[in-house]
Amino acid sequence: MKKLRKFLRAAATLVLLVLAPLSWSAATNDWPMQEFEPDLTNLPSLQNGLQLYANYCLGCHGLQYQRYGRTADDLGIPRELALEKVVFTGQKIGELMTTSMDPVQAMAWFGAAPPDLTLEARLRSPEWIYNYLKTFYVDDERPLGANNKVYPNVGMPNVLMHLQGVQRFDTESEQLVVEPGSGTLSVQEFDQAIYDLTNFLYYVGEPSRLERQRLGIYVLLFLVILGSFTYLLNREYWKDVH
Amino acid sequence: MQQTNSDTKQNGWAGAMGWLDARFPATETFEYHMSKYYAPKNFNFFYYFGWLATFVLVNQLVTGIWLTMNYVPSGDAAFASVEYIMRDVEFGWLIRYLHSTGASAFFIVVFLHMYRALRYGSYRGPRELLWLIGMAIFIALMAEGFFGYLLPWGNMSYWGAQVIVSLVGAIPYVGPDLMEWVRGDFLMSEVALNRFFALHVGALPIVLLGLVFVHFVALHHVGSNNPDGIEIKKNKDENGVPVDGIPFHPYYTVHDIHATVVFLFLFCAVVFFAPEMGGYFIEKPNFEVANPLKTPEHIAPVWYYTPYYAMLRAATFPLFGLDAKFWGMVVMAAAVIIPAILPWLDRSPVKSMRYKGNLSRWALRIFVVSFLILGVLGVLPPTKEYTILAQFCTMLYFAYFVLMPWYTRVEKTLPEPERVTE
Amino acid sequence: MSTGDTVHDAPAGDSANNDGSSRRYFLIQATSVVAAAGAVGAAWPFISYWSPSEKAKALGAPVKIDISKLGPGEMLSPIVAWRGKPVFVVHRDADTLASLETDIDMLADPNSEITEQQPDFAVNAWRSERPEYGIFLGICTHLGCSPKYIVTENFEASGQGGFFCPCHGSKFDMAGRVVKGVPAPSNLEVPPYRFESDTVVVIG
Repeated sequence: MKKLRKFLRAAATLVLLVLAPLSWSAATNDWPMQEFEPDLTNLPSLQNGLQLYANYCLGCHGLQYQRYGRTADDLGIPRELALEKVVFTGQKIGELMTTSMDPVQAMAWFGAAPPDLTLEARLRSPEWIYNYLKTFYVDDERPLGANNKVYPNVGMPNVLMHLQGVQRFDTESEQLVVEPGSGTLSVQEFDQAIYDLTNFLYYVGEPSRLERQRLGIYVLLFLVILGSFTYLLNREYWKDVH
Repeated sequence: MQQTNSDTKQNGWAGAMGWLDARFPATETFEYHMSKYYAPKNFNFFYYFGWLATFVLVNQLVTGIWLTMNYVPSGDAAFASVEYIMRDVEFGWLIRYLHSTGASAFFIVVFLHMYRALRYGSYRGPRELLWLIGMAIFIALMAEGFFGYLLPWGNMSYWGAQVIVSLVGAIPYVGPDLMEWVRGDFLMSEVALNRFFALHVGALPIVLLGLVFVHFVALHHVGSNNPDGIEIKKNKDENGVPVDGIPFHPYYTVHDIHATVVFLFLFCAVVFFAPEMGGYFIEKPNFEVANPLKTPEHIAPVWYYTPYYAMLRAATFPLFGLDAKFWGMVVMAAAVIIPAILPWLDRSPVKSMRYKGNLSRWALRIFVVSFLILGVLGVLPPTKEYTILAQFCTMLYFAYFVLMPWYTRVEKTLPEPERVTE
Repeated sequence: MSTGDTVHDAPAGDSANNDGSSRRYFLIQATSVVAAAGAVGAAWPFISYWSPSEKAKALGAPVKIDISKLGPGEMLSPIVAWRGKPVFVVHRDADTLASLETDIDMLADPNSEITEQQPDFAVNAWRSERPEYGIFLGICTHLGCSPKYIVTENFEASGQGGFFCPCHGSKFDMAGRVVKGVPAPSNLEVPPYRFESDTVVVIG
């Protein structure tokens, strides 16, 4: 089973490699992107990602197509616990993970309403989100004091600064450098947190992904069995034809 | 399925069939179209795709009907209703992916089906009408795909439709007014969405089903062509059965059933493991709701329209006092329609590529390659070099048709065999 | 064969052909069985597509009802909905409760023997967890109309009022029990519920 999945993934990668020269270049600038390998089977990572999302993102960015209950079930969190830990809006567990921020006010504050992020990982890519969240840096010329390497001149403030610490762009080495001890998380811890958050957004983009792949294996196996019979049946009849 | 070993059952069955046949031509129809429809015995790989197209059509109808049960055709709710299907409805994701993948699969099998006709001269007499009906199906299918593409109301849907509808505006004098009439608004809006929805789920499926039906009727009247391009009906045995024919049922039913399973394997591999197909079957900008104020960075139609789209863009200069935009529309429309006159362009004494000369063979090869290149160019942003290449390939595309009366007549052909070959 | 090489003149009777046809028969059967299983499997997503979605389930989540202002003899108004269905909450006085235990001759199922019509805790004379509060789904068990709450001394069910369905004339007493001789086959359904406090009930 695992082998088949591996094979299929390899085949899919091959197809994509062939198609890659055709695809539109997704990157809008040349900041070197770090790789991101999502893992939907890592429930602790997804749970932590959900917690981070609820604490730092959901205030402005809704997940308006996704329900709390479904998320809790998929991530292996008891519904009561989820209600206590991640639902801050007084909503019920079955409701959509909308944000309570008024879009008109948001326009006034940030110049653009914060987008809904349910499909962000499918609209852009998990890599993009991962790198975007890691490349905020201090820029006094921006109205909110922060700029971003992946999305230059973005309107969003650096909300994770107290976790990451003060990150600056060193023009000599062309690297982003964090002032040591300025954040509550170490560099590795922060990387892990962003990994979890991105992993969670990857999950939210298509919550049925694991189910789809699991079911797909069975469907293909069934078709192989059916195909062997139809092959033999066809061959049996065509013996008549010379 | 015929059994010879249970006479009692046969009697009961025969009795029931007798009752039915006296009131409805059940056995007669089955025999005419299946068990006594004699198809050439030398069908090859390319003869699977007619049936597979029918199969995909059924998939699109069933999954489409199911999607309609939860889809909401309104500007405010369309996008959310698709995500509702994807997340909240039991197996909604599967039905949706079957439909979205089915759309691309439809064009893959139809393109191969049409290629088969070019290769073996299936459009030639007595199958001219069959070919014309097929062309009508192709055009209806393109319209069906276009209308359906707007329905998810993603940003790519929106701007793709905007671009194509703007083509109407290229018609001299009446264009701008006509464009407004098509949209029913000053921009693409819910009004157009509702129209496209009605056409996609109501009008065009009826048209398609009707055309497919007459396609079958015409096919079974004239009989199938075959890779040798010779008429098996010219050589019949004492019972009036073509000696190179075999009953469609059971021989081609078991053949097609196996082909269907193989097709389903490939189809399901995409549905379950790569439904977006790297952004070609479901495009990334379509994961953002339609925004009339923001065009996606790279706008290209879905892959199956890109060859025609590339030809549209290849028209970059005005001619005869009419602007390039108008000629782009003309070139695209002509590219879609021109295969319809193939039966009258091909002057070769033989039908199949097996017996045609080198000129025809190279013409077909060049045609296919230029069509593929145009398809690739259609998804790429237009640079100066690409535009020149697109213009060159557009010339080659049309040259295949325009020069056909010449090259099919001057080339040296091989003699057709009396009987079909293996 | 080089001539006449078609299949409709295939010879019958020789042993090779017999083997072929039994093999053929087996393959047809086997393929049909596997394909039938596949058809059932393929139909399954289309069938479950019709079951209540996550949205429907969320809308069908438990409902909290405040009954602090519900006086004796009254039915809670406005009528609340649980899973979109009307829920009747009645506050029964002592006379009514007494009549529920005595006036049972005209009832079809006075002891709530049809178990799927109520949770186990409601299998008693008043068909409720707390005697004074009756909670029923306000949907007639005949054909789904919503009955009317009738407070009149001479409503024949109990002499203490009850529920009357205007569509086809079914009658239920103050415990939602159906009277004999009306079209409705069973008592009004009691939804699952629990008292969160003396004044708050959670339905569902």
